[in-house]
Amino acid sequence: MSAKKTERLLNLVICLLHTRRHLSVQEIRELVPGYDQGSEDAFRRMFERDKEELRDLGIPLETGTDTAAHDDELGYRIARRDYELPPISLEPDEAAALGLAARLWQSAPLAGATGSALLKLRAAGVDAPDSGGALEPRVGAGEPAFEACLAAVTEGRSLLFDYRASGRPTPEQRRVDPWGVVWWHGRWYVVGHDTARADVRVFRLSRIVGAATAVGEAGTVQVPAETDLRALVARTAGEEPSRSASVRVRAGAAWALRREATSVTPDGEGWDRLEVGYSDPERFADRVTGYAADVVVRGPEEAREAVVRRLAALTEEPVS
Amino acid sequence: MTGSLAQLPRLLALVPYLLQHPGVQTAEAAAVFGVTEEQLRRDLNLLWVCGLPGHGPGDLIDLEFEGDTITLFEPAGVTRPLRLAVDEALALLVALRTLSETPGLADRDAVDRALAKIEEAAGAAASPSQRVEVALEGEEQVLPVVREALERRRRLHLDYYVPGRDETTARDVDPMRLLLVDGRSYLEAWCRRVEAVRLFRLDRVVSLALLDVAAELPPAATERDISQGLFQPSAEDVLVVLALGPGAQWVADYYPCESVEDVGDGTVVARLRTPETSWVVQLALRLGASARVVEPPELARQVRTAARDALSAYSA
Repeated sequence: MSAKKTERLLNLVICLLHTRRHLSVQEIRELVPGYDQGSEDAFRRMFERDKEELRDLGIPLETGTDTAAHDDELGYRIARRDYELPPISLEPDEAAALGLAARLWQSAPLAGATGSALLKLRAAGVDAPDSGGALEPRVGAGEPAFEACLAAVTEGRSLLFDYRASGRPTPEQRRVDPWGVVWWHGRWYVVGHDTARADVRVFRLSRIVGAATAVGEAGTVQVPAETDLRALVARTAGEEPSRSASVRVRAGAAWALRREATSVTPDGEGWDRLEVGYSDPERFADRVTGYAADVVVRGPEEAREAVVRRLAALTEEPVS
Repeated sequence: MTGSLAQLPRLLALVPYLLQHPGVQTAEAAAVFGVTEEQLRRDLNLLWVCGLPGHGPGDLIDLEFEGDTITLFEPAGVTRPLRLAVDEALALLVALRTLSETPGLADRDAVDRALAKIEEAAGAAASPSQRVEVALEGEEQVLPVVREALERRRRLHLDYYVPGRDETTARDVDPMRLLLVDGRSYLEAWCRRVEAVRLFRLDRVVSLALLDVAAELPPAATERDISQGLFQPSAEDVLVVLALGPGAQWVADYYPCESVEDVGDGTVVARLRTPETSWVVQLALRLGASARVVEPPELARQVRTAARDALSAYSA
């Protein structure tokens, strides 16, 4: 943006904030420097573009007419109460908490939004100290689809994207009414209603291939009341145990598995027997196969088989 | 924290900022707004010629910036910053809620009061933030002790699980800082056993105790740069090549790879470097038929041996 244009737009904002009544387009042309040159048509086009720019910045341009106005053309003003950040002041410990929270986002777009939000607060007299202290929480947003998903969610628009589902070689196109985005165990997910499948689905953002596109009008996606986004992701991405497996574990080994066990009892010299909850035999095998000979699954059969199948696949000499 | 904005939103924040900070140093204001001092002076020169309709001497924004300081006398009605935009409110509110919901990270009462105030100031812009949630792994037992050790600069005794060797080790450490990266909490500390800086994943801390000894950080205890991620492979590390079938491709998302190549048939070949390989054996066992260790051949042999040993317990 040229300095001349910035100057014109700043004067326009000041002028529309200052006026109590709506100003007609002609009045604006007379009052704001930079609109006085060129033809009427050129001015009108320039003014249309300027209005767009201000709205893109979130400046609330109000249109309307006043009873005193002599023509019925729409006028403009900026209502101070809609424009101005309301009064806010933070106690020192609250400001410190905000400074800490501001460090959460590691990357664009939320790190940038945090920076501009803190600038506005600082311009209102609220200084959130940059806490370079001992705590450094970081959440990344490196997935290419993150920005589009976040925008669609906040605007209430549908999303269209190609998705590479787990275990499938080729991506498929999905259309989703997004209800929210959730960070869960180090990954971003979008939760929503899958139109073609007519059901709730959870998608991992890193599996979206290429760009995600927002479609449809803003505000069309309705999120059902009482939607618990985190629970929906936890159910899909995590695991809630519904069954129990019995495993034999070498003494001192498999600490992570011991931590999750519902019971640990001695089972002969140098071994323990653990009861471990699981819901899916394959996911159970994910957790225990890496311990190799230190963990032996006793049952049930489905859990035992899942582990044996993986091990058996690895014993062959490579074909060269 | 510095921000950087396009010129118009910057000017709209700069005027009330200067009003709030009379006599502010030019260098400080430039740093706050993330611009050079030259750019800040261009901004001030532009403000100088803007003002209320009429644009007479009494209508213009009036300020003084001849020395090293800036003072604004007349804001021409721009007395307050613009309201928070939806993305700005969302970034702050979701971050504050995350801190509030994760035990042990911060003074929860102060976080909740800040949250309520920002929410109120944001008004209607606050509501889309309800659509974004961040669930961090709060290590409820461990975090408060680690925080106390950091605040009081005390030594910690750790029983720490090392999954690569599947064993628990005891060590004394002098805490440096707490890190939360990609959803996991780590303690960065000077480990007195190996006399080096180490990262400890809090979910692998078996037990810990706050010692009645002051932490002593030697000059070699420097924080690692995490701007490029926690782990930066070095050229001396072992190069591991994995062929990943459709069920195993999360590996390429999960571990930092040097390269990932789609070779057709739904298989990708991932190359990664690691200082030690025992975790790769565990990973390969877990992946079963859906993946194969291509390089180094010695590692592929280790996987075969481990699988045969494990399997023998089932045929007995």
